[in-house]
Amino acid sequence: MAYDSTYMRGKAAIVGAVDAVSPTGELGIHERTLQVQMIHAALEDAGLRLSDVDALFATGTMMSSMELAEHLMITPRYTDTTMTGGSSFEVHVEHAAAAIALGLCEVAVIVYAATPRAKGGANFMAAQMAALDKNNPPPNIEWELPYGTISPPGNYALAASRHMALYGTTRAQLAQIAVSTREWACKNPRARHQEPLTIKEVLEAPMIASPLGKLDCCLVTDGAGALVMTSAERARSLRKKPAYVLGAGTAHDHAMMISQMPDLCTTAGAISGPKAFKMAGITPRDVDVVEIYDSFTITVALALEDLGFCKKGEAGAFVQDGRLGPGGALPTNTNGGGLSYTHPGMYGMFLLVEAVKQIRGESTGQVKDAKIAVAHGCGGILSSTSTVVLGSEETL
Amino acid sequence: MKRMILGTSPVAAPFWEATKEKKFLLQFCATTGKAIWYPRDFSPHALGGNVEWREASGKGVVYAVSVMHRPGNPAMAEAVPYAVALIDLEEGARMLSNVVNCDPDSIKVGDKVKLAWEPLEGGRHLPVFELA
Repeated sequence: MAYDSTYMRGKAAIVGAVDAVSPTGELGIHERTLQVQMIHAALEDAGLRLSDVDALFATGTMMSSMELAEHLMITPRYTDTTMTGGSSFEVHVEHAAAAIALGLCEVAVIVYAATPRAKGGANFMAAQMAALDKNNPPPNIEWELPYGTISPPGNYALAASRHMALYGTTRAQLAQIAVSTREWACKNPRARHQEPLTIKEVLEAPMIASPLGKLDCCLVTDGAGALVMTSAERARSLRKKPAYVLGAGTAHDHAMMISQMPDLCTTAGAISGPKAFKMAGITPRDVDVVEIYDSFTITVALALEDLGFCKKGEAGAFVQDGRLGPGGALPTNTNGGGLSYTHPGMYGMFLLVEAVKQIRGESTGQVKDAKIAVAHGCGGILSSTSTVVLGSEETL
Repeated sequence: MKRMILGTSPVAAPFWEATKEKKFLLQFCATTGKAIWYPRDFSPHALGGNVEWREASGKGVVYAVSVMHRPGNPAMAEAVPYAVALIDLEEGARMLSNVVNCDPDSIKVGDKVKLAWEPLEGGRHLPVFELA
């Protein structure tokens, strides 16, 4: 048998999708408790029970899925702890869809919870320091840490500087991305920031790492979410309108060394995006709504180009007319994004939850008759991307 | 400038030793001759490939640059604002470094730079760059 990735198209669906955020940015609940709450809520959303779950996806700690399964007292027959930073949950959806299509499992749960606010900020460096071998440090500690890049913003700022130098992209064009995203957040009563934002305010915000100011950067909030996936057949008998996985693709081209990224203006999204669109049998023109990881404004600009919504170098002009915002030609980050809704560190979960809500017609920023929604995760320092194309029943 | 140096790897011992004499060593693939950054115990350019250390020119061009207005680590707290840049070395490899001894906001993508050395503990030096 010749294998063809399009075999996966439409074989699995997301049938449960919930998230927990707070306008204060704080949830005041421990991560393990949040995980369990999210799993229960997502199964309730789907109309399934914990005893139906035979696959568990969790990440972030040693033996994540095993620890969580033990806590839940379930016995998965399929397990996955893939960690690619913020794109992890798009990868989990890809893996779950493949596993369901092949009959390796039937009901998969994917979960995320993080409370950086309670812990005093997401501190990746602290974790790495604790495990550090001074006689053989990892390359980023030996070769990049001594130069003092504030990470992640400084690494994304390097990409922005290159994009500006090569293509004439301006700070005001990038600021428009933050402004359009805030317009969606203003419609979302659960968003961290719900007051309108102007380009002037973005430009005048304190500089963090030039050319990125504070309002070019995502939030740091608590947050959690969970997804339930099952086969297309079983999905049709469940509580909510299924969001079918039409396509998925993943790629990564470096890890935590920005000097190892082959081209700072082209992310791995130029591989993962076309891969996902090919599987789905669509082009960027077919996409009704897109949820793009907006760790920084430049992250969105690069993704729009890499996914083919505009040509390389043209994202600045592309976003300038406000087309990403409400009423625009390409509704983007319709919950308010990582810039204005929530960002607990690995935002990819919330991209997927919002994409599912759009397919169901449940979003606070609902796009009329949305049939195809894309979730595009980005993890590390522009390092890993994973693209998921979701579709309604009529797209099958 | 104070620096956060948390250790050096065995594979890079020749590099750090040479910095005591302000010599900038780069690895090259023994098969293809391509420059390699960061130092590795094998060449990523050829299967089973060996690496050779050779002295590099220290000349390069700014590929990307960002001025830090907040310190990237506690050692740099007094140093802000300072410029972090990716440097395309003449030999073909790209490394992260600082461009020093100038107004950080004046540094542009495409600027030519040359190697400078900053003393570290133990007689070693850290390679940084200044405008050429």
